[in-house]
Amino acid sequence: MTLLSGWGRFPAVSSEVLRPRSFAAVAEAVIDGSVARGNGRAYGDAAIGAVRTIGMTGFDRVRWFDPATGGIRLEAGVLLSDLIDTFGPRGFLPFVVPGTRFVSVGGAIAADVHGKNHHGEGGFGRYVDSILLRTGQGETIEASREQNSDAFFATVGGMGLTGVILEATMRLRPVASGWIRERVISASDLDAAMRALEASGSATYSVAWIDCAARGRDLGRSLIYLGEHAGADELAEAADRFPVGKNPGLAVPIDLPSMALNRISIRAFNALYYRMGARRAGADRVVSLYPYFFPLDSIADWNRIYGRRGFLQHQCVIPQAGAREVLGEILERVSRRGDASFLAVLKKLGHGDGLLSFPLPGYTLALDFPVRGDILNFLDELDRIVVAAGGRLYLAKDARQSRATFEAGYPLLSRFKAIRKSLDPKGSIRSKLSQRLLDEV
Amino acid sequence: MTSRMSVLVLGGSSDIGRAAARAFAKAGYNVGLAGRDVAALEPDAADLRARYDVEASTWRFDVLDTASFEGFVAGLPVLPDVVISIVGLLGVQQHAESDLAHATTIMRSNYEGPSLILGLFAEKFLGRGSGTLVGVSSVAGDRGRASNYVYGSAKSGFSAFLSGLRARASRGGVHVVTVKPGFVRTKMTEGMKLIGPLTVDAPVVGDAILRAVEKKTDVVYVSGVWRLVMLIIKMLPEAVFKKLKF
Repeated sequence: MTLLSGWGRFPAVSSEVLRPRSFAAVAEAVIDGSVARGNGRAYGDAAIGAVRTIGMTGFDRVRWFDPATGGIRLEAGVLLSDLIDTFGPRGFLPFVVPGTRFVSVGGAIAADVHGKNHHGEGGFGRYVDSILLRTGQGETIEASREQNSDAFFATVGGMGLTGVILEATMRLRPVASGWIRERVISASDLDAAMRALEASGSATYSVAWIDCAARGRDLGRSLIYLGEHAGADELAEAADRFPVGKNPGLAVPIDLPSMALNRISIRAFNALYYRMGARRAGADRVVSLYPYFFPLDSIADWNRIYGRRGFLQHQCVIPQAGAREVLGEILERVSRRGDASFLAVLKKLGHGDGLLSFPLPGYTLALDFPVRGDILNFLDELDRIVVAAGGRLYLAKDARQSRATFEAGYPLLSRFKAIRKSLDPKGSIRSKLSQRLLDEV
Repeated sequence: MTSRMSVLVLGGSSDIGRAAARAFAKAGYNVGLAGRDVAALEPDAADLRARYDVEASTWRFDVLDTASFEGFVAGLPVLPDVVISIVGLLGVQQHAESDLAHATTIMRSNYEGPSLILGLFAEKFLGRGSGTLVGVSSVAGDRGRASNYVYGSAKSGFSAFLSGLRARASRGGVHVVTVKPGFVRTKMTEGMKLIGPLTVDAPVVGDAILRAVEKKTDVVYVSGVWRLVMLIIKMLPEAVFKKLKF
């Protein structure tokens, strides 16, 4: 037995961990209470098996790649970092990348991860054509929009609960370079931030970083980062067309004492960050894809800054119509509380593709909190606001929402459950997350 | 198109073998993967083709079947520029202490076979006047320890063979690299208690092998710490060393 946790390091739960070396061995592992785990970057309990956890990162082979179309077939344990390092120099990148590149393809499908381009281009699953799935009932099936389409739409965003994703066929994006033309817009409050995001709907990439320590008339002050793929002619003369992604140079070597993050340090950091960013506002500049897409990847084990007890990320999405008032209310409460971190992110989303995909047209807000004091009660209060607004929480980040919150947020849940039941009548595939939110008790 | 360099990886299905193959393919080498189970090597060959647009081939090679070695070398369509032997067997020390067959297999897999096949390639390389041979040995060969001396002694023999071969071959334009990886997270070490700061992932070893070939390094400790650790272990007086339980 091994003590497992997600990226948030909360909760930590014992599970048997298997590392199969063949698909036949995976098939044998899919019994009573198992779930697949990729690179362990889901924040909560999604990739911890109820009984056993099937580590998939050993499956890291590319089956074929077609440079004429960008089509690729690969094993589910391939990391996006590997795809970027390998195919970037050949002029191809994943269409969708989340905030870290250290996620597996299987995990990215299971969470139907979104990136800074979701408002215009959709999520990871949109670029997946076909999935090889080992179901709980003991079949290996190919699922696509045409064939076994129920299984396909339940697997995209299905948090690994339809079976073990073994392989996938997907499309990569042809790019002229590994550089992004970035524009920073500073917004003095929430209204300005939302106006800026609305006005930049045609930008390929857009995201806002919110200073959630700012209060009063500064509430919601933000830096908005827009991005476009840079053409080869836009690069500095000495620049490589495809910059090399360095492994993290900095690392957080120990768990910082939980005192390290407090009202004063967070306020000071955020105020400084805002002023530094605001100075860059206006002028375009060309930056490497790595700092643009993955700013935190440059610090290994950054999750340790929250101390030994870990942290919780609360990522909700609020439908467009009521978003302004609801986001204002949430930010108001958070700023009053004072211990939300510097990692608050606001982003516009479009439609999700899978039955349990997180995105819906509206705004998503992600906030990190250290695990301490009455944080669970506080987040329950935020959940009530989210549910009342017709919103929901992102399962890939979740470690603590209630069944009621989950059920209220995901209207296609009963359809998902029916498909899951047909693929896995005996309930062989179960995670700590499914036990908490879905399984019959 | 200029003709590509080529590398042959003996033990191509091992984690370090796969990592070395990727490192060389990424650098533009055509790759041959050799191992007992050719069918199992094919997905890795396909991976190299898809990722790096190089030629990748698979070859049947059994390190215990020394009688087949000359035929194996003669059967290759071109003599590679680089040959890497990653073949080895950790075995189970406790069994090897009383089970002579198991001990023999460990010794043959880690010393006899790898030495003979690299020796054979050395003759061909010397005839051509160029080439690099890489033997993946082990820090365990630096001093026999109570917990794994059957494996360690075989690796020690292999290291000595490589050392002598290097001295001889260097006069004929052929370079020999000895690689001592230390702890690596692989199939072979799965379930073992490894010491975090002394342990690396297979790709680190693969990259180190490529670098050593390019820079013509003689002996590579993949993690520099190991050179120090083994230096200390080698310097302990036997009277002290024999009381240690590791």
